[in-house]
Amino acid sequence: MKLHIKGARLIDPSQGLDRVTDVWVVGGRIATIGQPDKPFEADRVIEAKGLVVMPGLVDLAARLREPGFEHRATLESEMRAALAGGVTSLVLPPDTDPVLDEPGLVEMLKHRARQLNQVNLYPLGAMTVGLKGEILTEMAELTEAGCVGFAQADHPVTDTNVLLRAMQYARSFGYTLWLRAQDAWLAKNGVAASGAYASRLGLSGVPVQAETIALQTLFELQRSVGVSLHICRISSAAGVALLRQAKLEGLPVTCDVSMNNVHLTDIDIGFYDSNYRLDPPLRGQRDRDAIRAGLLDGTIDAICSDHSPVDDDGKQVPFAEAEVGATGLELLLSLTLKWAEQDRVPLVDALARVTDGPAKVLTNSMPAIPSCGRLVVGAPADLCLVNIDDHWLVDRHSLLSQSQHTPFIGTELPGRVNMTIVRGRVAWEQGV
Amino acid sequence: MTSKQPSHQPSHQPDLPTGEQLYETLLAGVHALIAPLERQSVHLVGIHSGGAWLAQRLHQDLGLSGSCGLLDISLYRDDFDRIGLHTQVMPTQIDFPVASQHLIVVDDVLYTGRTIRAAMNELFDHGRPASIKLVVLIDRGGRQLPIDADFAALTINLTKKDNFVLQKTETGAFTLHLEYGNA
Amino acid sequence: MLNPQLNRHGELTHLITTEGLSRQILTHILDTANTFVPLAQRDVKKVPLLRGKSVFNLFFENSTRTRTTFEIAATRLSADVFNLNISASSASKGETLLDTIANLAAMQADIFVVRHEASGAPFLIARHVAPHIHVINAGDGRHAHPTQALLDMYTIRHFKKDFTNLRVAVVGDILHSRVARSNIHALTTLGVPEVRAIAPLTLLPSGLEQMGVRVFSDMREGLKDVDVIIMLRLQNERMRGALLPSAHEYFKHYGLTQEKLVLAKPDVIVMHPGPMNRGVEIDSAVADGPHAVILDQVNFGIAVRMAVMSIVAGASA
Repeated sequence: MKLHIKGARLIDPSQGLDRVTDVWVVGGRIATIGQPDKPFEADRVIEAKGLVVMPGLVDLAARLREPGFEHRATLESEMRAALAGGVTSLVLPPDTDPVLDEPGLVEMLKHRARQLNQVNLYPLGAMTVGLKGEILTEMAELTEAGCVGFAQADHPVTDTNVLLRAMQYARSFGYTLWLRAQDAWLAKNGVAASGAYASRLGLSGVPVQAETIALQTLFELQRSVGVSLHICRISSAAGVALLRQAKLEGLPVTCDVSMNNVHLTDIDIGFYDSNYRLDPPLRGQRDRDAIRAGLLDGTIDAICSDHSPVDDDGKQVPFAEAEVGATGLELLLSLTLKWAEQDRVPLVDALARVTDGPAKVLTNSMPAIPSCGRLVVGAPADLCLVNIDDHWLVDRHSLLSQSQHTPFIGTELPGRVNMTIVRGRVAWEQGV
Repeated sequence: MTSKQPSHQPSHQPDLPTGEQLYETLLAGVHALIAPLERQSVHLVGIHSGGAWLAQRLHQDLGLSGSCGLLDISLYRDDFDRIGLHTQVMPTQIDFPVASQHLIVVDDVLYTGRTIRAAMNELFDHGRPASIKLVVLIDRGGRQLPIDADFAALTINLTKKDNFVLQKTETGAFTLHLEYGNA
Repeated sequence: MLNPQLNRHGELTHLITTEGLSRQILTHILDTANTFVPLAQRDVKKVPLLRGKSVFNLFFENSTRTRTTFEIAATRLSADVFNLNISASSASKGETLLDTIANLAAMQADIFVVRHEASGAPFLIARHVAPHIHVINAGDGRHAHPTQALLDMYTIRHFKKDFTNLRVAVVGDILHSRVARSNIHALTTLGVPEVRAIAPLTLLPSGLEQMGVRVFSDMREGLKDVDVIIMLRLQNERMRGALLPSAHEYFKHYGLTQEKLVLAKPDVIVMHPGPMNRGVEIDSAVADGPHAVILDQVNFGIAVRMAVMSIVAGASA
């Protein structure tokens, strides 16, 4: 299908582009930006004056709950939610049920995703069997089946010897390990960030040292092994500082942050609202400020949605008993725009954290994947059209995800996706 | 049931006896009422706050022994569901046994009769009295229950909008104000 | 954020925590409790205030003492009382907290008195009950035990009269104590100028100073010139779990003995929410001595709970 997107404001952080121009799509790829050399008959002309056209978002963490947790969500519902949020590529953590530690499971998942033909799905393989932190998985087989890297989801490995061996093994093949910086002992039983607020509420705290000690352990092992690491869901000012140092030192490390930690703090838990029961926990004002500074100076490469759908049964219980997680695919772009609005960050810089930034992390982890997060001639046409001046109310009616549990429920957010195009096909359109 | 009513006034008459005058009338009435009773078994019980002032002064002027009882009926009111817990002026104080005694309940104004109903219920939770008599400064009509005073210093018919205010000066003298609501 | 304990008229409709309640409301509860104290001396200890109302004691965490005082309080108000020990039945069968509440609400409950091991459970319940139902927290996890704090305040007011010139020390396992938290909030709201927490570092939560508390790890330092000492119970489980080495060592340095007591003011009062671990946090000589007002606390506890029930039941729907 030949598409002509007319008169949109093109923002592509990977090229530092921000100007009004036309985009032409042929054969699933970006054919021309600007004026074509030869005359061009489009099958569909999309009038995009007043809209922004940008690369489809690359989300480094989205749980689609299949296989195993279909009562909470399914591939269909969540992929539709992704498209409504302008997300065209997403990375899947391995904590499905069963865990993604067998090539057969990975193949099945990729097959199912291909059949739905919506979002580009990139699964992470489990680093250890069953995520138990004891036995290494067949990383090469899993990579062949389609895994782009290896992870432990929210089950940090406690045996440092196993961690060391996993790093060495991954290094042998050039694989990247995507790991949470969380010391299992210090984080044990914690449901909120340690501090004055958790103390008032009588909730078990996760001290910041759970993150900093884990980071230092990971970096120290990394120094001796040389493996490539991606740190998932940084949450504290001290953690950001350690990452900055590590990058300055030249360690091969990247990192992401959950959109929730970019906006919220522990006080937002209020009177035990379990929509705020998240892992990592929401920390304080200073941590939030440090995260935003880290996003600006590139210490943090990407903002992810950390999409983790939870059903009503999982949330309508006392805070400490609630299931961890919040829905987020549809909010990633809007929350990025909101941050840009609040801190007056130029759009081309803010949007880098959900396009070029995560795309680089992904291609660094798996060089073989098709180009994403960029609107360059020849790249797959994964893009979205956004009305950045429009606002929308986050509520049960507007959310497409099967889960409506998000801390942002009831709030008005900027930026509405009008259309999402994946591999040159209009995969989602507002109002259709 | 009721003995003579010395000062009967129709409504909206501005010409009222003073608080002190009415007190003197009340004192005489109570004196006559308790005359046939065995003095040792007679106890005055004043309802907070106007009735309590009256009871205390009556107790002194009648030369009764011991102390008079002071009743706060907030825990026995019948309007809890409508207005919630009424703030207490002072807690109930009954320092004598109630059983087989002759109680004279004293209040400033008798109106619907609900306060007296609550007072009687509360007194019965302290014991079984031999008798209860009711004396009031003013009977203003408007009864909603079958209750009447054994003696009232003044009987006057008032509308819902009118209001009596009994006050005590620093010297302990009583003053009475009648506020007429808009007709 | 609207305080979920107050209705739209600003009246107390649930009592879940002392935190966030104004001095006016706390004082009103104490004044109302005054009304109920003399009832204990009467032959007929009942008043008809809550006649026809149903009070459901929902204890998800076992406690005979607290449940009994609530039962007595409700009975003295002429309410109908129903005791449910959920630990034994439905919850273990997998019924959710909200399902349990919904079933009971359908049985014409007016007041739920709830004790639960999860901090915040009463807030969850209060969010889901009809407006005419009132929730009273009998203790939730580590978060709050407001009626205990109120009876402690009543006790302090009874013996010391004026809050605004007192030094009050709370001693013991503050980290796990809902009594400590509720007391700290009540004391600071009522204007106590110096609230002290005394415990080894392992038993102190972070951010205590932000609650207006002066922290001491040296008990002798902490008890100097104190007017009120509130001793907290030390649970046996704390002896394991890397928090404390032994009861013996704890008693030596953090137990209240006669010898440590003399460091406080000569007219100091000693309080304890009970039940006491004699020889662990408190010496028998002190517990049975002239400074201890522990039995008065129990006495006042019934009146305070009667006051709380009357006030919330009387709030407009």
